Amino acid sequence: MTETQKILVLHVGLIALLFALNFILPAYHHGNLARVMVLATYAIGYNVMLGYTGLLSLGHAMFFAAGMYGMALSIRHLGFAPAPALLVGIASGAGLALVVGLLALRTAGVAFMIVTLMFAQTVYLTILLAGRWTRGDEGFVIQQHERVLWGIDLSDPSSRYLAALTLFAICLFATLNLIRRPLGRVFVAIRENEERARLLGYNVFRAKLFSVVISGTISAAAGASYGLLFGYAGATFATVQYSIFPLLWVLLGGTGTIIGPFLGALFMFYLIDLSSGVTNAYMLIAGVALVVLVMFAPQGIAGELRRRIWSWLP
Amino acid sequence: MSKSSESKSAVSRRSALKTLGLGAGAAAALPLWARYSSAETAAPIRIGFQKHATGIGAAYGRWYDRTSQAAVRLINEAGGINGRMVELVTEDDGTDPKRGAEVIEKFATQSNCDVAFGTLFSHVVVGSAPRAGELKLPYFVVSEGHHVASGMLNRYTVQPGITDVKSQVQAMAPFVSQNLGKKVTMIFPDYAFGHDHRDFFTAAIEAQGGEVVGLIPIPPTETSFTKYFPKIPRETEVIYHVMVGPGVLTFVKELGEFFGPSRPEIFGFIDSLEAVDLASPGLEFLEGTYFWEGNPRYAQPDQTEYDKHFRAAIGIDENGASINDSKDVSTYAHMFGCWETLYVIKAGMEAAGYAGPQDRAKLIEAVEAITTMPHSNEHPQGAKVFNGKTHQVFGPQYISKVVDGKLMVVHTASIEDGMYPDEVDYTTQAL
Repeated sequence: MTETQKILVLHVGLIALLFALNFILPAYHHGNLARVMVLATYAIGYNVMLGYTGLLSLGHAMFFAAGMYGMALSIRHLGFAPAPALLVGIASGAGLALVVGLLALRTAGVAFMIVTLMFAQTVYLTILLAGRWTRGDEGFVIQQHERVLWGIDLSDPSSRYLAALTLFAICLFATLNLIRRPLGRVFVAIRENEERARLLGYNVFRAKLFSVVISGTISAAAGASYGLLFGYAGATFATVQYSIFPLLWVLLGGTGTIIGPFLGALFMFYLIDLSSGVTNAYMLIAGVALVVLVMFAPQGIAGELRRRIWSWLP
Repeated sequence: MSKSSESKSAVSRRSALKTLGLGAGAAAALPLWARYSSAETAAPIRIGFQKHATGIGAAYGRWYDRTSQAAVRLINEAGGINGRMVELVTEDDGTDPKRGAEVIEKFATQSNCDVAFGTLFSHVVVGSAPRAGELKLPYFVVSEGHHVASGMLNRYTVQPGITDVKSQVQAMAPFVSQNLGKKVTMIFPDYAFGHDHRDFFTAAIEAQGGEVVGLIPIPPTETSFTKYFPKIPRETEVIYHVMVGPGVLTFVKELGEFFGPSRPEIFGFIDSLEAVDLASPGLEFLEGTYFWEGNPRYAQPDQTEYDKHFRAAIGIDENGASINDSKDVSTYAHMFGCWETLYVIKAGMEAAGYAGPQDRAKLIEAVEAITTMPHSNEHPQGAKVFNGKTHQVFGPQYISKVVDGKLMVVHTASIEDGMYPDEVDYTTQAL
C-alpha cells in the first residue's frame, strides 16, 4: 500500500467510523461526539496556523465568535434562512481574518501572540458594547424553527450529528488536500525556516496571510455551525478561554497532524467530563494531564503515533 | 424420540438465531428518539442540579448548593415526593454556557434525571435552555433574569422560585421616587445585566413622575471608577448603582472619597454585595444608603417563623452568615429561590402524579396550573403569584437601609408593584 493510500484509508476510515457511530452510540455520547466534531473543526482551523505555518495565535476565539455572530445576528435581525446565515458567518470570519492578518502579520513571535490577543479582546468588548443587538454577555437563543436547513431540523439529534460530521469531514479533507499542495508546502517551509523560504523566493507575507484567512474561515465555519446546531450565541465564546482551548486541543492531539485536532478535542472533552464528576478541581486534572503529555509525548497523541508507528501520518 | 428431540432442538436454535437476528435488526432500525426515553423505576426522583461550583458564580453556587441540600433533606424527612426519595445529582457547569448545555444533556441522557434545576447566571440559562427544550427536560431556573418571561426560551424552562429583574426594578421605582428623590443618575455595568436595569428602571421611574438625569455605563474591564464620578449631574438626587464583580469594593470606596460627607441619596442592588461582609473595610460609606434585597440578609425584629425555619435548616445566623463561620456570608437575597423552586417541583410532581420521565409534560402542565403560593415554610421569602403563561413567579421585594452596618428593612414592595403585562404565552407551544 502506498503512502497516499494509507493516508486515505486512515482518514476515510475515521469518517466512516464516525458515520457508523451515529447509529450505535448511546444518546449522551452521540450528543457529545456531535459537539466534539464541531470543536475539532475549530481546532483544525487553528492547526493550519499553528501546526503547519508556525503562527501561534492567542486570539482565535474572535474568528469562532465572528462566525457565530455573523450567522446568528443575520437570522435574528435580518430574518435570514440558515443557509445564507451560515455563509454570512463564514464570510464574517474570513473578512475579519483578512483584516487581522494584514495588521497582525506585521509583527512576529511574541508580539504576534499579543496582537492577536488584543484583537480578540476588542471583538469580545465590541460584542458586549453592542448589547442592543447582541444581548451582550447573556447572548440569545436561535429558535428551533430558525434552525431548519433545507427542510432538515438541525435540533434533531441525528441531523445535528450528521451535519457536524459533514462539516468536520469537509474541513478535514480540505486541510489534508491543502497541505499536500504547493501552498501547504510553503506553509510548512515557513514553519521550518521562514528566512530560507523567503530566500527561495516565496512571498512569505502573502503565504502567511493565506494561512490566517484559511484558519479564520474554518474557525468561523465552526463557530457558525456551533450556534446553528446548539441554538445559542453568546459573548462567552469570544473570551480568552475559547482562544486557549484550540491551542490545548492541538497541542494534546498533535500539532501539524490532520487528525490531531480531533484526538485532542475528544481527549480533552472526556477528560473534563469524567474528572468533573470526581472533583471540582477538574481543571487541575486537565492541567496535570497536559503536563504529563508534554513530558512523555511532547508531540501530542498523533505526533507520538507518527514518531513510533505511522511515519507517513500527515 | 431422540430424533424428534434433536429436531426440536435444531428448530429452537434456528428460531433463537432468527430472533436474535431480528432483534439486532430492530435495534439497528430503532428511531433515534428511542434512545432518549427511559423506563419508569421505583428509584429516587433525581433532580439534576446545575451548580456554579467554579467560575464567576462560585460564591453563589456554594450557597445555592447548601440551600438545595437542606431543602431536599427536609423534603425526604417528610416522606419525599409521591412516596419516593429525592436525590440531587450535582454537576458543575463552570458558570459557562457551553458546559451548561453539556450538563443538561448529561442530566437528560446519562444521569437519568427527572428534571434539571438551580441555574443562576443568565448566560448559562440562555445557553442551556435550548437543549432542555429539545430534550424535553423540565428546566427549573433560579436566575432572576428576564429571559424566561420575555419569551426567549421555551415551554420546558420555568422560573417559579425567584422574581425576575424587570419585576424587581419596577417595584423599586415608587419607593425611590417618593422617599429618595425624583432625579436619578444610574451607574451600571455596560453589558446585558446593566442594560436591563437601565431600560427597566428608566421606564419605571418615568411612570412614577421621576426622571433619569444621568446614565453612566462602566466598561466591564474597569478597575478604577473615580474618573466617572464627575459625570454625575449636579441636579442628581439619587444615585442608583448595580455594580457587580470584584471591583465593587473599590467602587464603593472611591464613591465615598469622591462625595465625602455630603452625598445624594444612594440606592443599590445587593447583587453587588452578595456573599460580601458589610463590615468589610471600605464599605463604611454605605451607612445610611439603601439596597434592594430579594430576602433580608439580617434577621429583622419582626422575623417570621418561616424565616427562622429556613435559616436553621441551612445553618445561617441572624447576620446572614454561616453558623460555623461568621465570615462566610451567604447569598441570602437569592438563594431562597432554590428552596422555593424545589418545593414547587414537589407540588408540581404531586399534582401531576409524576411517576417517571414519561410524565414530564404533565409536570410542566401542573406547574403552569399553579397560581398562588402562601407565605409558609415552603415559601419563606413571602407569598407568591405564579403566571403559568409566562412561566415566571412574582413576589414581594424588600428595601433595606444600612443602619449600624446592618441592613434593616424599611419598605416591602407588594407583589402587585412588580407585575407587568405578559410578553409571551408558553402554553401555546407544543409539549
